[in-house]
Amino acid sequence: MEPLKPVSPGARIALGAGFFAVFIAAWGVATYGGWVPPLFLASPGKTLLAGWSLLTEFGFLGDIAVTIWRVVGGFLIAAAVAVPLGLLMGAFKPIEAFFEPFLSFARYLPASAFIPLLILWAGVGEAQKLSVIVIGSVFQLVIMVAGVAGATRPDLVEAARTLGSGRLAILRRVVIPAAAPQIAETLRLVLGWAWTYVIVAELIGATSGIGHMIMDSQRLLDTGQMIFGIAVIGIIGLVTDLLFKAVNRRLFPWAVL
Amino acid sequence: MSAKTLRIAGVTRSFPGQRGGAPTLALQPTDLAVGPGEFVAILGPSGCGKSTLLRIVAGLDRPTAGQVMLDGAPVAAPGPDRGMVFQSYTLFPWLTVEGNIRYGLRERGLPEAQQAEVAARFIARTGLRGFENHWPRQLSGGMQQRTALARALANDPEILLLDEPFGALDHQTRELMQELLLEIWEADRKTVLFVTHDIDEAIFLANRVLVMSARPGRVKAEVPVPLPYPRDWTMKTTPEFGALKARLMGEIREEVRKAIAAAG
Ligand SMILES: Nc1ncnc2c1ncn2[C@@H]1O[C@H](COP(=O)(O)OP(=O)(O)OP(=O)(O)O)[C@@H](O)[C@H]1O
Ligand SMILES: [Mg+2]
Repeated sequence: MEPLKPVSPGARIALGAGFFAVFIAAWGVATYGGWVPPLFLASPGKTLLAGWSLLTEFGFLGDIAVTIWRVVGGFLIAAAVAVPLGLLMGAFKPIEAFFEPFLSFARYLPASAFIPLLILWAGVGEAQKLSVIVIGSVFQLVIMVAGVAGATRPDLVEAARTLGSGRLAILRRVVIPAAAPQIAETLRLVLGWAWTYVIVAELIGATSGIGHMIMDSQRLLDTGQMIFGIAVIGIIGLVTDLLFKAVNRRLFPWAVL
Repeated sequence: MSAKTLRIAGVTRSFPGQRGGAPTLALQPTDLAVGPGEFVAILGPSGCGKSTLLRIVAGLDRPTAGQVMLDGAPVAAPGPDRGMVFQSYTLFPWLTVEGNIRYGLRERGLPEAQQAEVAARFIARTGLRGFENHWPRQLSGGMQQRTALARALANDPEILLLDEPFGALDHQTRELMQELLLEIWEADRKTVLFVTHDIDEAIFLANRVLVMSARPGRVKAEVPVPLPYPRDWTMKTTPEFGALKARLMGEIREEVRKAIAAAG
């Protein structure tokens, strides 16, 4: 091992998979070895069995689809507001000065604390679930996008001006392309947070979704089902993360991400 | 486009002081006239205000007092009539070599086919054939600055402002770049304002060399270079070149010494 020396792609995958193996092995030792009572922690085998019955008998696929729909819906609404606003704030300082103090306040409002209020306003339907995700991610996203856009290299802006670009052309042809890879990275990050918010929203007043299933399983003391539900969230997160990274690399071949 | 006359009248620039300190006077009142097709080199010690002067001519910075005029019309903002190559690398990383060269053409709304034709011409002239589709980060410093030069030239500016464009390059690359620039200038005869701190470079390229004083900068000497064009590298070994070099070294040494004394 040399400091900062990159690792080959094959070794990277092997090492990454290796820790999963270590983790599952430790889990197996703890449960099969009798170190933890089955009431508190189901074994890997029990968890898989519970997952199989969830999928085949209890329509868990439907819950997964509903949760994904909510995450993607809320995330897209948040992004549709945050990206344009963040770009404008980053590029034009008076706009930033107008919104920034409020956003710095709003970003600390915990989305979960809004749930009772949102149930009052929007009931327990989809609007309330989406609102939790939007509230949880939009303020952070605006601030981060504004930061990225504001960090556009001033010398590139100057070069564009000497080549004949006006204000809007600079926004469109310099600030946006310069910021795009970092914005995509920010979106990837915030999508991860959106998953946390959706589960919280589904733990309270929901009739479907992964979070709702986990709540139901708690009533039945079925730790296998609960763990399977949590693991499914992790797997979906991992897959979307990899997809996002691949798309970003394809879209921005010029950037070293 | 035809070359225009650049007139700099009493241009002064001072920067506000940091944390209540005294303001920095970067440029004393400076007057300068550059005729159409002239190649003027500006020579001076580091920090004497060369970049500041060029940025004011480009319209990227405003003078505290005085005025820059292009054929009698005052300059207030940057425009495609004044192309610039910067001291640092400023290619757009998200555009290929060709995309960078096309930037200004696209901005002017030229049809695609014409953009491609102009870009191809300047890619050939700057020796970048085969690298059209490379990203800037895949290029050496010399290639990046050649692309930046092609990007400025493709826009067909009336005046070319070059701020130590070869300053970050190694000696051999720098000499090749000088020959390339000279070849282009001898063919086009654009008005050029070329900032450098390299005496050889200034004499080799310019038909007039201005020496700036240590900060606060002003033009302290003006040395015509009566060597005929076309020039090539063998010129650097002639006695005439040597005599001009000796004279400019005398002028500049004094200023560098002052600059160092002021800093210490
Ligand atoms: N934006 C700024 N704010 C404050 N001071 C500045 C600013 N830009 C330049 N200066 C000061 O003005 C002086 C001249 O700077 P300038 O960049 O024009 O020098 P230069 O001759 O181009 O030097 P070099 O050869 O090192 O590039 C310097 O002392 C610098 O510190
Ligand atoms: Mg400079």
